[in-house]
This record gives sequence, structure tokens and C-alpha cells, in this order.
Amino acid sequence: MLSRVANSIYWMCRYIERAENVARFIDVNLNLLLDMPADEKEQWSPLIMTTGDQEIYEKTEQNYTQEEVIWFLTFDRTYPNSILSCVSAARENARSIREIISSEMWEHLNNFYLELIKEDAIKMAIHDPNRFFKIVKMRSHLLTGLLDSTMSHGEAWNFARIGMMVERADKTSRILDVKYFMLLPEASLVNAPIDNIQWISVLRSASAFEMYRKEFHRITPQNVANFLIFNRLFPRSIYHCLSKAQVCLHRITGSPIGASTSPAEKRLGRLMADLEYTDIHEVIDSGLHEFLDSLQTKLNLLGGDIGTTFFNIRPLTDTVKSEQ
Amino acid sequence: METFTTYDPEGFYDELVDENGKPRPGVELLVDKIESLPDGDLDRRQKEAEALLLKMGITFNVYGQDQGTEKIFPFDLIPRIISDDDWQPIEAGLKQRIFALNEFLQDIYNDQKILKDKVVPKDLILSSKTYRKECVGFTPPKKIWCHVTGTDLIRGADGCFYVLEDNLRCPSGVSYVLENRQVLKRTFPYVFEKSKVRAVDEYPGKLLDMLEYLAPDGVDSPTIGVLTPGIYNSAYFEHSFLSQQMGVELVEGRDLVVSDGYVHMLTTKGLKRVDVLYRRIDDDFIDPSVFRPDSLLGVKGLIDVYRDGKIAMANAPGTGIADDKAVYAYVPKIIKYYTGEEPILPNVPTYICQEKADRDYVLDHLSELVVKAANESGGYGMLIGPHSTKKEQQTFAKLILAEPRNYIAQPTISLSRVPTIIGDRLEGRHVDLRPYIIFGEDIYVQPGGLTRVALKKGSLVVNSSQGGGSKDTWVLAPGEKEEN
Repeated sequence: MLSRVANSIYWMCRYIERAENVARFIDVNLNLLLDMPADEKEQWSPLIMTTGDQEIYEKTEQNYTQEEVIWFLTFDRTYPNSILSCVSAARENARSIREIISSEMWEHLNNFYLELIKEDAIKMAIHDPNRFFKIVKMRSHLLTGLLDSTMSHGEAWNFARIGMMVERADKTSRILDVKYFMLLPEASLVNAPIDNIQWISVLRSASAFEMYRKEFHRITPQNVANFLIFNRLFPRSIYHCLSKAQVCLHRITGSPIGASTSPAEKRLGRLMADLEYTDIHEVIDSGLHEFLDSLQTKLNLLGGDIGTTFFNIRPLTDTVKSEQ
Repeated sequence: METFTTYDPEGFYDELVDENGKPRPGVELLVDKIESLPDGDLDRRQKEAEALLLKMGITFNVYGQDQGTEKIFPFDLIPRIISDDDWQPIEAGLKQRIFALNEFLQDIYNDQKILKDKVVPKDLILSSKTYRKECVGFTPPKKIWCHVTGTDLIRGADGCFYVLEDNLRCPSGVSYVLENRQVLKRTFPYVFEKSKVRAVDEYPGKLLDMLEYLAPDGVDSPTIGVLTPGIYNSAYFEHSFLSQQMGVELVEGRDLVVSDGYVHMLTTKGLKRVDVLYRRIDDDFIDPSVFRPDSLLGVKGLIDVYRDGKIAMANAPGTGIADDKAVYAYVPKIIKYYTGEEPILPNVPTYICQEKADRDYVLDHLSELVVKAANESGGYGMLIGPHSTKKEQQTFAKLILAEPRNYIAQPTISLSRVPTIIGDRLEGRHVDLRPYIIFGEDIYVQPGGLTRVALKKGSLVVNSSQGGGSKDTWVLAPGEKEEN
């Protein structure tokens, strides 16, 4: 398939997954708020830190109030990772590959965007945020469902899945990291009831609370991290996401897992081997935040490798000509 | 809802009712249906149809406005209905015309017999901006130049159809024909079925047949692409739609590269050869090494590969000369010259400003005539005499004198009208008709085509860039009258 098309469908899915996870971040924070003594600045600044875009936010000269943070993360078109920017970018990517994806997918994405730019959307996000962010999440799930059930599971679909899974792995690592930023100033709270509540919120924002309970029954920080990083079966765990991405990657290249023919396969293979042979004790010993931070860097490198392997192929003649 | 009982054709030729306001043959079912709708229902259906188009994302970007401003191409639910008797001569006339124009293109780029025989003035052709010297001596695959044509027809007060202009470069709008039909089938299913409307949805299949027919010799299952300028082009929806309907690749210039004497696509698995391109990029932009060097949309070296017969293209470069508005005036003579027959479809009488007698007449009658620039399209560079100010007329007089070759003039024709939904009632609005013609192994005329409607009261300009909309066009199947 065309490199440009592969690139577009990969990014279409990454953007939608990103939009969904911004909604999840905000949702977890709203949940935490309910159980924390009110100190607005403390409550909303960790959220911006988690996104890694603190600098951009500071430049907007807004305060860390609920309304301003929500508006920034949701509707600010000048912020490239806001929900609106992500959905808009996903839609523009979809528009350029309308003939590749199903019309159901296109119509859904188009509608997702058109609903988001309505005046009512802003009102609901401010006045009834829980409902609003639930809708955003459900619309993202609907796209995932349409992708799965209305489009042939060929090469384009595999690129879509890789985009979605890599993005999801990255965002799950960040959700887990929210807790790090929250607790940083107050290490004394570890194991306090409030700590428990916060970990439950983290699980909830990854839709993982119920599934976690079945596995571990009791809430401990170590088990929560273990579940979200290493669980083989939970669809938002980092391990699960990356193993699915790996399957799709090898379907595209046609080489068996273990035999890597491209930089992208090598990078992902190495990352999977690391996860395979590391356990939660090692992670905690070396520092959870440090582990997640290095994982995020590796995922960025993987994204770059996928780009050079599949999206930027340039034949020799082209370079020769451009030198004339 | 008594919409038709109060409808007044106001002395214009109306496509749906006669001069007394009675439905024309074949239109009765539709009129009955609309009359039986409860008050407000028509308006509601109209709004639903518009919401559907927006949801499907059949929109174009409005240039120069805020981000996120998108509009649908306005669409009116009341179809235009054409009887089989009216349609037969249109179809035959278009086939004759396109056949002759194709012969003309092959001739002027090769033997130039028609110029030597002085049927068409030589300097008129050679001075045209759209005469491509790069094509001289070239014969495209299967000797076909104008594979896809959209010819604009109008119906005058006398009830006769006239050809207003031919579009032989990249005519657009056929996707609206297909989408409008989908919407209308859902809106008036019963009337649609009973009226025996001829199908339009064969079009993508016919287009694909034609493109496959062009494939270079020895290529059994050709790789075909629709070449688009990209998502910011106002016709992008159509490019994407057609490639989807045909199941072929949609490519941009940056997806293609010339190497080893062939055109290739950049794919996730390396280079893949392309055999046929349905290009929707104008000649000027298609190959920066031959035409405009600043073009970012095209493919460097494409024309060399094309000349070498290693890729086929529809339409061929150089067809623009045949839709030059000054050449248009000679089309009846061109038809006679190549076919020996009289033209079945007449032209609108045309004054050629390059010829002194015509020019003098035009300058004396600017307030009555429509003046058009020979190389513009989309309703730009036009003076509509009866609707113009003295100042506009003076501007055009200067333009004509400065560059007479570039202007033609035609009498204002009273375009026919079709009832159109305006609020909760019907009012007559002027329309034209653009049927689409595909020239492959044989010549196919899509039954119907795009009916464009000037939505502004009294306006004669139907272009979408100037406040025009569209309607579904129903061509009734033969034998429909006998069965009634």
C-alpha cells in the first residue's frame, strides 16, 4: 500500500487513542478531586505535568483551575495534544484515506469532530465533565469497534492497530505516572487511606479496576503497577499493547516474530524481550518513574523507526535528481 | 400541502410544468406525492438531506475563512425530470460532438488538415494558451484524447437544448450526481421506483472499463490510480469517491516517482509500477519538468514516460484547446468537417471578438450580451450584460479591445427553470445540465448528469463558487408513456 496511506491510517488511530487518553487523564483527576482536600493548584498542575507539556501551558498564562485546565486539554486548538486538536488531526488523516477506510469509520470520525466544535460541547465539558469525557471515551471505543468490524484486517488495518497500540502503551505508562507526580511532595502519605483511593482512581482511569480486582483483590502500589505494566491479558497493559503491536508489525513484513528484517522490528523485539525478562520487583527497585520514563523514550524511538521503515521510503534516483 | 397549485412558472420555460402550470408527462407522480405531504414536511426532508450530506462529509472548504469553515454543496430535493424524447437527441448529439472533438484534437496536434482547409483559422488555434506545443506529433493510446467530458447544456425559452460549453480537461461534479441520487432514492422511494428512472450508478464501472482499456500493451491487470492535488482541492471528495467506487489507488504527486523509465508509487514495500492515471490535475501542474516548473502537485518526468507509452493518462494533455471558448464557436463546423453530418445539438450563437464585424457588434451591445473570457472557467471573467452596470461594461470594453482573442460574447438566453424549495414554498430557479461522457472502447453518455441551479432569485450563474446548488436529474426510461 502507499506509504502516505499507511502513515495516515497509523496517525489517525494514534490521534484518536490520544484523545481518548486525555479524557481518561482528566477523568482520573476529577475522581481524585472528590476525595482530596481542596487546593486547586495542587490538584490540576500534576495533570499538566503528566502530559509532558507543562511548558506550553505555562506560556498560555492560565491558572491551574479546573475550568482553565479542562479547556486547555480539551478545546485549545493551539495545543496540538488537546482532544479537539487530536480529533481534528485524526479526521484530516481520515479524509485523505477515505477510500481506504470504511464509510462508517469516516462518518463516525466526521461526526465526532462536528459534535466537538458545537457550542454545547464546551458547556457540557465545564458543567458536566464526567458525562462529557465519558462520551469522548465511548466515541473512541466506537471507532475501535468500527475498525475491527467494518474494515478488512489487511495491511492498512495492521498499521492502524500498531498506531493504536503504541499510543495506548505510552498513555498507560503516563496514567501510571500521574500518581508519581501527585505524591512527589508528600511521601508520608504512602499506605494512608488516601493513598489507596488514589491508586483506585489510577486503575479506574485505565478502566482496569474491575479486572484488577479479579487478579489481586487487594490494592497495593506494587500490584497496581504490576497489573498495568505486565499483565498478559488486560487490553490496556503495556505488555499486552506492545505484544499486539508486534504481531501486527510482523504480519505486515511477513517475517516470523524473532526474525527481524527491519529497524522497527528490531526495536520492538528488544523492547518486548526487556518486558519479558523484567519483573515488578526490579522495576520498583530501580524506581517506577525512571522505568516509565525510559519506556516512553523507547516508544518514541520505535515511532521513529516505524516512520523510516514504512513511511519515508525514497528511491535512489530521487536523491540523485534532487542534487542536480 | 398545495405547493404546485400555487406555483407560477412566470412565463419561463419550466422543466416540470407547462405554461399553464400543469405537470408535464412523467412528472405527475412526483407532483402528486409532494402535494400529499403534510405542511412543513418538504422543508423537513430538505433539512434532513442537508444534514446527511454534512454527516457524510461531502463538503468543500471555503477559502479565506476561519479554520473549520466547511460548506456542503447546496442541494435541492426537487428533481429535474427529462423525458426519453428529450433525452434521445441529447445523447446522440453528445456522442457526435465528442467523437468530432476527439478527431479535431488528433488532427490539430498532427496533420492539421482542418487548419490547412481553413475551416478553423490557424492563428486562433496556435495562439491559444491551451494549445500545447509539447503534444505536437503525439498520438495517445487508442487515439483517444478526451476520455472524460462534461458538456454544459441549457434549455432556452423555445424548449430546445443548446450546448453552452464543453469541459474536456478535468470536469468535476459527477460524484454529486451519484450522491444526489442516493439521497433522492431515500427521500422519494415510491415515486422513484414507479417513474422508471434510468440508473446513473454505472458510471464508476464505465470509467474503470475505459481506464483498463487504455493500459499499455502487454499489461494484463493494470495498476490504476486517480491522481489528485490533495485534500485541499475543492473536488477532493470526488477524487476520493471515484477511486473508492472503482477500487483503485488514490495518489498524490508526492506518492509518485519516475525511475527506470516507468512511473512508480511509493509503497510500504518499496516501488510499485503504475500503468494508468486518471489525472485530476490540470496540464499546467502535472509535470514541472515540462509545464509549470513551480508546480508541487505533479510528477517530475511523467510526460516523458507518457510519450514513451509506458503509462496511459486520461484525459490526455492538450485537450484544453478544444474547450477554449473561441474554438467553441467553430464546433458546429468541426462536427461537419469530421463526420459529414449536421450537428444534432446546436451551439448558442457566438460572437468571436477577434473578428472585426463581431467585435464591433459586441462593443455596441454590451448591455444585452454575455461576455466570457476564452480561457476561464467556474464563472469567473464573465460579464452578464443585462445585470451589469455601465462601469462594468466599460471595463469589459477595455479588456476586449486590449485582447480580442481572449473574448467571446453570446446573446443572453433565458435559461429554463425548475421548481425549487425556498422556505416552505416552491419558486422557479434557473438551471443548466452537465451530462458526463466517457470515451473508451465506445462512447458512453451517463443518462442525466448534473443539474446545477442558480439559487439566487433571478440569477443565471449556476457555478458552485457563485451561489449555485444542484439537483438530481431523472431521465425517464423509454416506453414509460405507453405503460401509463
